[in-house]
Amino acid sequence: MIMTTEPTRTHAIDINALSRKEKTHDKVTETCLKVENLNLYYGENQALHGIDMEIPKKKVTAYIGPSGCGKSTLLRSINRMNDLIDSVRIEGKILLDGEDIYDKSINVAELRRRVGMVFQKPNPFPKSIYENVAYGLRIQGINDRRTLDEAVEKSLRNAALWDEVKDRLNDNALGISGGQQQRLVIARAIAIEPEVMLLDEPASALDPISTLKIEELINELKEKYTIVIVTHNMQQAARVSDYTAFMYMGELIEFGETTGLFTNPAKKQTEDYITGRYG
Amino acid sequence: MDNNKIGQHISRQFNEELEDIRNKVLSMGGMVEQQIEQAAKSFMTSDLELAEKVILQDDQVDDLQIEIDQECTEILAKRQPAAFDLRMLMATTKIITDLERIGDEAARIAKMTIRLDSTEYYHDKYHEIKHLLEMVKDMLHASLDSVARMDVKDIVAITSRDQKVDHEYGSIIRQLITRMMEDPRNITRALDILWTVRALERIGDHSVNICEHVIYMVKGKDVRHISQDKLEKVMGK
Repeated sequence: MIMTTEPTRTHAIDINALSRKEKTHDKVTETCLKVENLNLYYGENQALHGIDMEIPKKKVTAYIGPSGCGKSTLLRSINRMNDLIDSVRIEGKILLDGEDIYDKSINVAELRRRVGMVFQKPNPFPKSIYENVAYGLRIQGINDRRTLDEAVEKSLRNAALWDEVKDRLNDNALGISGGQQQRLVIARAIAIEPEVMLLDEPASALDPISTLKIEELINELKEKYTIVIVTHNMQQAARVSDYTAFMYMGELIEFGETTGLFTNPAKKQTEDYITGRYG
Repeated sequence: MDNNKIGQHISRQFNEELEDIRNKVLSMGGMVEQQIEQAAKSFMTSDLELAEKVILQDDQVDDLQIEIDQECTEILAKRQPAAFDLRMLMATTKIITDLERIGDEAARIAKMTIRLDSTEYYHDKYHEIKHLLEMVKDMLHASLDSVARMDVKDIVAITSRDQKVDHEYGSIIRQLITRMMEDPRNITRALDILWTVRALERIGDHSVNICEHVIYMVKGKDVRHISQDKLEKVMGK
């Protein structure tokens, strides 16, 4: 038997490859929404003070802050829900893909198709599950049965509700549980293929299991949509979002990557709020 | 930086829980300091009684580690802490791991005292370790001070002492090698000293680790596994 004195090298190890790599953050994220120096007044009261922020595309951005800090107002400004309140006056710009949504040329109905919204309390229409999801498409004049069937199934699947309701699509939507209703409303919103989804406390009226399902769903939806969520539940913001904005008294105090904001916030006000201290 | 970081929660109970953890960490630190002092003294004076005491005290240190860890886990589960609170708890579990290991090193020295006594070798005062002992004790004391004050201003100065500890360690080793070469009968004694010196040097390393955990707790920066030069840069000196 011949013994080789040369040690056999099974594989070469590249020392450089073993050395610690610099952390790479995906800074290449595109901006979806750009808020520029936004001031909003309810009559004499200024509710938002010079908000500037860039909301990245296909990421989840959470707004947190104490009650009355302006987070819902800011969220509602993004699809011009505040237009419905007479006393509201808005200065500044919100750009959706570079286009000012407060420009006179903007068709508000079209804007709201592009920017869907889901509220705290599930609000399905008193119609069948199927018709709830098909509603937006029918309004657009789509009545072809096959197209509608496909869209309804796809939307319900994307909203993680299909398996639970596929055998009772013609049942009244008000008969399903609150958690299911909320996912149905999300399915209704995504049926018309929006670009942005605004979620205003989408899980605060739900039990913990339904809440987890909604959170799981948010995580899946960000593959396709830009999501902005308002939540009182800070742990929820920490769990579901990529970026977090902390607002206080109508001002944007801090905006950054969620992990950084929750482990090492830059501002004392943020720290006091997220750790439950006296502000 | 507000040093009273633990208080001011809306939940007073939370303040008390964190304060309790901090107090326990500090008393664990005090116990460990005493352990080293006594272990080294027992080694230099062949005081068997003292050595046994050090070994027994190690159980108390271990118990305290388990207790503090348990309390940290409970707070994580109950309160989902964030920001400084979260960093404090994470840093605490690491600090007490280092403290527990320092306790083990002290117990190791104490066991060495007892083992040497049962051998036939001639005992002397092992004075070589005295200087190193003082250096390491000061380092640990200063790092525990930073823990108590939750303050990073002295940390670069503390960690820089580890280089001096390593230097002293190196020079003792060289002395021992020289003696071993001079006369092989010195080898046994030299090895005994070597193990003890090694334990002291490790205590210096653990003190550096504690400082790093304090930086993470206070500044949110993870400075482990970087050189002293880089640390000084990060800390802005």
